[in-house]
Amino acid sequence: MSEKEPAVTQATLVKKAAPKSDYKPADVSPQRRVQRSFAIRLWSIRHSRLLEWFYARFADMFLLLHPLWKGLGYGRVEAPIKFVEKRVKGFMFDCRMCGQCILSSTGMSCPMNCPKQLRNGPCGGVRANGNCEVEPNMPCVWVKAWEGSQQMVHNEKILTVQKPVDQSLRETSAWLRVTAQAAAAREAAAAPKAGAAA
Amino acid sequence: MTARQRDENPAGIHLPLDPLPGHSSRGRLERVLRRGEFAVTTELNPPDSADPEDVYNRAKIFDGWVDAINAVDASGANCHMSSVGICALLTRMGYAPIMQIACRDKNRIAIQGDVLGGAAMGVANMLCLTGDGVQAGDQPGAKPVFDLDSMSLLETCRIMRDNGKFLSGRKLTTPPQIFLGCAVNPFAPPYDFRPIHLGKKIAAGAQFAQTQYCFDVPMFKTFMQKARDLGHTEKIFLLCGVGPLASAKTAKWIRSNVPGIHIPDAVIKRLEGAQDQKKEGKQLCIDIINEVKEIPGVAGIHVMAYRQEEYVAEIVDESGVLKGRQPWKREIRRDDQMVADRLERILHDEITETQVDMVKTAH
Repeated sequence: MSEKEPAVTQATLVKKAAPKSDYKPADVSPQRRVQRSFAIRLWSIRHSRLLEWFYARFADMFLLLHPLWKGLGYGRVEAPIKFVEKRVKGFMFDCRMCGQCILSSTGMSCPMNCPKQLRNGPCGGVRANGNCEVEPNMPCVWVKAWEGSQQMVHNEKILTVQKPVDQSLRETSAWLRVTAQAAAAREAAAAPKAGAAA
Repeated sequence: MTARQRDENPAGIHLPLDPLPGHSSRGRLERVLRRGEFAVTTELNPPDSADPEDVYNRAKIFDGWVDAINAVDASGANCHMSSVGICALLTRMGYAPIMQIACRDKNRIAIQGDVLGGAAMGVANMLCLTGDGVQAGDQPGAKPVFDLDSMSLLETCRIMRDNGKFLSGRKLTTPPQIFLGCAVNPFAPPYDFRPIHLGKKIAAGAQFAQTQYCFDVPMFKTFMQKARDLGHTEKIFLLCGVGPLASAKTAKWIRSNVPGIHIPDAVIKRLEGAQDQKKEGKQLCIDIINEVKEIPGVAGIHVMAYRQEEYVAEIVDESGVLKGRQPWKREIRRDDQMVADRLERILHDEITETQVDMVKTAH
């Protein structure tokens, strides 16, 4: 429907009036330009349940290694971990390194790939075929997130109202942050018990 | 002059109303909705000018027909007078504006400032939106901000109102008293997620919602059924978005160029078959209103008649949704009338008043 007829919006008119040049970049948003095709991203969403299971084990392993991270210093291990995290998650989810990963709440569909970076649900502009209003050839991140989340064990996590992104955490490792926070929570839970025993 | 209208501050029309228990704002719209009356809201076409008269003239068309007027925040990412500016003008004249806040152009620092500024001017209703992408508008080269999204914006406003704090935790000396709204689009995928998404918005703080244009009533009924089953309609006042289509050609253009508006083929066929398409578009809108007003859980309608504002009164009148009720209307006050009469006499009557004459008339 919407993609058959050429769009004549105000934006198109403005673009047409722009000075002509031989070099015409692909007509997509700057954010889209740094991404690849959607095949791997969509595979990850189709296998969200498997990845959820895998990530739970992976997070436990990271938490087991907490003494190691602490011994080496979280600050010192950050650079190599971030290097790996960025590449692995970049390959699998087109990760944007916001540093506060919520993939398990969004059906393994990275919400930062939404041109509006919505972290709480779709906007009202989703096309009838389920594609994005800004990028007509990209499946809406949130349509996919809903599909992915429905296959997961913790499918209620998508209902959590997410806080605004803390921009100061961009380009940091979410894995290490989650591990450090889980370790702190574990210690806090253990502390009153130890106090009661003594 | 006539007795004072309901929902008007006796000390001045531009002043907030008395606080009522259970109300979070001091505005007219919340009172109308909480009384259980069928509310009507509309949208002001924002002028591309710096003349306040343009805003007043455009608002005057709705006098006595609507309960609140949306001041849009650069809808469609096209540049217009700002919603804060429109609200400043409208509140001065006693109108009840709904200040739209879009996340596209402002970051959290600017938005929280605008919420305070708006509330200080007497804006009682704020509608939290994500906003269209910049690519859709007349300045596609602009930087899209999207620092918050509609949900976190709602939560930010709710925290400011209920906790009296900024998002950072810093305290406000006087929190804003506002009635919070959100937008809902039941007509875009993922359809089964939409009612759940509405629940999320309620959790974030939404008290009223305005929907996207409804042209497909069965689809809207399905959405409402699910919303009722989830218990949302008891927690939120839902206003169904309606509007007249100017012609079958416009309908087709909207369908292919404005994402998020769903127009079924039957609607286009009905318009194409009509002799006077504009009239048929209006009639279609009235028919849709008559259907949606019967759906349980619908608390009102939001009439969006872009560039057909003159039809709003007719649509509201002919559909009979107000049931004889007249929303607040700007009237000439008694002292205004006295000044006008006096000026009239001084300017137009050929009289030379002497002090002696004045004393005579004074006695």
